[in-house]
Amino acid sequence: MRYLDEFRDGAIARSLATQIAERAQPDRSYRLMEFCGGHTHTISRYDLEGLLPANVTLIHGPGCPVCILPVGRVDQAVALSLSHEVILCCYGDVMRVPGSDDTSLIKARSHGADVRIVYSSTDALALAQSMPDRQVVFLAIGFETTAPATAAVVLRAEALGLTNFSVLCYHVLTPPALDALLGPPADPARPMAEIDGFIGPGHVSTVIGAEIYRALLDRHDKPMVVSGFEPIDILQSVAMLLDLLNDDRSEVAIQYRRVVTWAGNRKAQDMLAKVFAVRDAFEWRGLGSLPDSAYRLADRFAHLDAERRFPLPQHTVADNPACECPDILRGTKHPLDCRIFGTACTPETPVGACMVSSEGACAAYYTYGRGREARTAAQ
Amino acid sequence: MTQLIDELFVAAFDNPWLSQRNDQAAIELPEGRTVITTDGFVVSPLFFPGGDIGMLAVNGTVNDVAMAGARPLYLSAAFILEEGFPLGDLARIAESMAAAARTAGVAIVTGDTKVVQRGSGDGVFIATTGVGVAPPGVAPSADSARPGDAVVLSGPIGDHGVAVLAQREALRFETTVTSDTAPLAELVAAMVAAVPDIHVLRDPTRGGLAATLNEIADQSAVGIVVDERAIPVRGEVRAACELLGLDPLNIANEGRLVALVAAADADRLVDAMRGQPHGRDAAVIGHVIADDRRFVQMRTTFGGSRLIDWLAGEPLPRIC
Amino acid sequence: MCLAVPAEVIEISGEDALVDLGGIRKRVSLMLVDDVAVGDYVIVHVGFALTRLDRDEAQESLALLREGLAAAGAAP
Repeated sequence: MRYLDEFRDGAIARSLATQIAERAQPDRSYRLMEFCGGHTHTISRYDLEGLLPANVTLIHGPGCPVCILPVGRVDQAVALSLSHEVILCCYGDVMRVPGSDDTSLIKARSHGADVRIVYSSTDALALAQSMPDRQVVFLAIGFETTAPATAAVVLRAEALGLTNFSVLCYHVLTPPALDALLGPPADPARPMAEIDGFIGPGHVSTVIGAEIYRALLDRHDKPMVVSGFEPIDILQSVAMLLDLLNDDRSEVAIQYRRVVTWAGNRKAQDMLAKVFAVRDAFEWRGLGSLPDSAYRLADRFAHLDAERRFPLPQHTVADNPACECPDILRGTKHPLDCRIFGTACTPETPVGACMVSSEGACAAYYTYGRGREARTAAQ
Repeated sequence: MTQLIDELFVAAFDNPWLSQRNDQAAIELPEGRTVITTDGFVVSPLFFPGGDIGMLAVNGTVNDVAMAGARPLYLSAAFILEEGFPLGDLARIAESMAAAARTAGVAIVTGDTKVVQRGSGDGVFIATTGVGVAPPGVAPSADSARPGDAVVLSGPIGDHGVAVLAQREALRFETTVTSDTAPLAELVAAMVAAVPDIHVLRDPTRGGLAATLNEIADQSAVGIVVDERAIPVRGEVRAACELLGLDPLNIANEGRLVALVAAADADRLVDAMRGQPHGRDAAVIGHVIADDRRFVQMRTTFGGSRLIDWLAGEPLPRIC
Repeated sequence: MCLAVPAEVIEISGEDALVDLGGIRKRVSLMLVDDVAVGDYVIVHVGFALTRLDRDEAQESLALLREGLAAAGAAP
């Protein structure tokens, strides 16, 4: 596959690892957070941590839209699917996310709810068109990368005058989360991880552009390298970050230049501005309630907003106290620090959301790293 | 209605046992260990490139018998039909089962049909039982892997799962990949003739190669190490997995098998397999090690190592 | 993040395109991008082309990476 396989070349990876080792100054440490779950997945899949010197550590960030979805929101989707005779269309990722009382959309489906996995928002729209006597709700999750696909079908549904289509909108925004990770913690008892620099979101930035991070990172005096998702991309970004940190430069740089620009995709941005309004605040699992951190449908499209169309439970649910997802999402704890990791909480029986998505830090560690970690521990 | 359906099966499967119209079939078995298996088949869509649910039921059952090193001989089949299921589709499924049975050298000697209310089924479900006989001394079993054994795979993985996924309404993509569904009885007969002492024989169906290797490691209380580069995956299967966020190791196969033999027997086995149409791409993909934790590990193309885990549930396409 | 893959545009019809990724073909929407031509590579996410892949940039980065590799290989 062109433009993928080239960036998975083992020889280049080893040469980059050598370059990183040369750049890492022995008398200091480099704590780098990869924001995106996609980066976490690649890091585990290719065992990239094994290629890095001991003083370069990767902290896994909260950039997985499934992992940060709070239990209360999962409950809303489950309740909607069970109680309003709708067809709920969703991406496969959210099917197994646990709500409260051991519920999930996949379990709701086995209890008779009509929950269907779609590959694209357009599939949900097409379903609504083909079944005019059924209410079709599209559960929209994801960061700014995924939001334009939702905006596009909202505009099309409006143009078609569809009355049996609506969107349950849980789209979240990246910059406020980055800001929260770098700012003072909302709860002083639960500090944020100490981060020296960021491996920045690649596909989110195709939409919003890399310029937006400049002021933010400058304010917090940290560097960021916007990175692609292949192993070579990530290693190159680490090398670039080490250069910036060694030179004490708090700059934003783009490694993923074949895809990301400073300005981003203006057409998609215009569509986002037209269709969505920014919520005053939104609850993130692990980060708490963050101001201006999520989208809802703009008032103009209120009739297509499932949250306004159907009565939904409005409650916040505390996370399972044994689950360390909140601290793991903030980067202050490692999956292996969690007492229930790999015992009560596995991909088969996930307690926390980090174990559900294959991009979640816990699932990535469980799936790819358990043996290596166990060996290390045994030694 | 039911009589019409019975006629359809009797005509399609065409053998003396069914023609006798008894509620059972009396069969004679040759000498050896008798092997019996039963399986239920549900698949959506019912027809897919390279096969359909009927072919899948016959091949799946034949293969389960064959994985005991046995030659499959007889099948039974029960059909649960949803009311209103088109007779034309049923005839197509029956024909395809009959053809698959002929290819595999088995007879479908008894069966049953029930019709359930619309909404209580998904078109058609098929339950099959297979009977076969293994030559004396041939007894592969998933608990018989030993450290040092070679792990042999019969061909590229993931074809069946990707062919089916490509047809799912919401995923629909174009691919030339067709299901690998095939009866493996001939292949197994050739393997058993070349190396009677096959330790383990399994077909990596649901859950894919990852699940099968983990089952073997677990049941035999050993570790398995495979080499990522040695596992054949077609370009289009890899691409489909890339698009949908899936791993070919978790994707179902319906015409592949994994064999574990003593390292000294590996070359002889692979040679025998490559002489068979369903074993042309056979290759050694790894080996068994002593490991109390029963881990299945993969040497990655990067020279690193990662664990291959069981997948929780059916693989779902993902966007993140 | 977001699972997005580079695919080649094979055919354009209105606001849709047929794209090829390693031999499989999928219909995607071009609603979010302008001026895409047959032969371009686009980044596909949830059935939409998100942006065009800059092939010159890609070649340039790869050339630089391979240079680094050659230099490392030449070193004693």
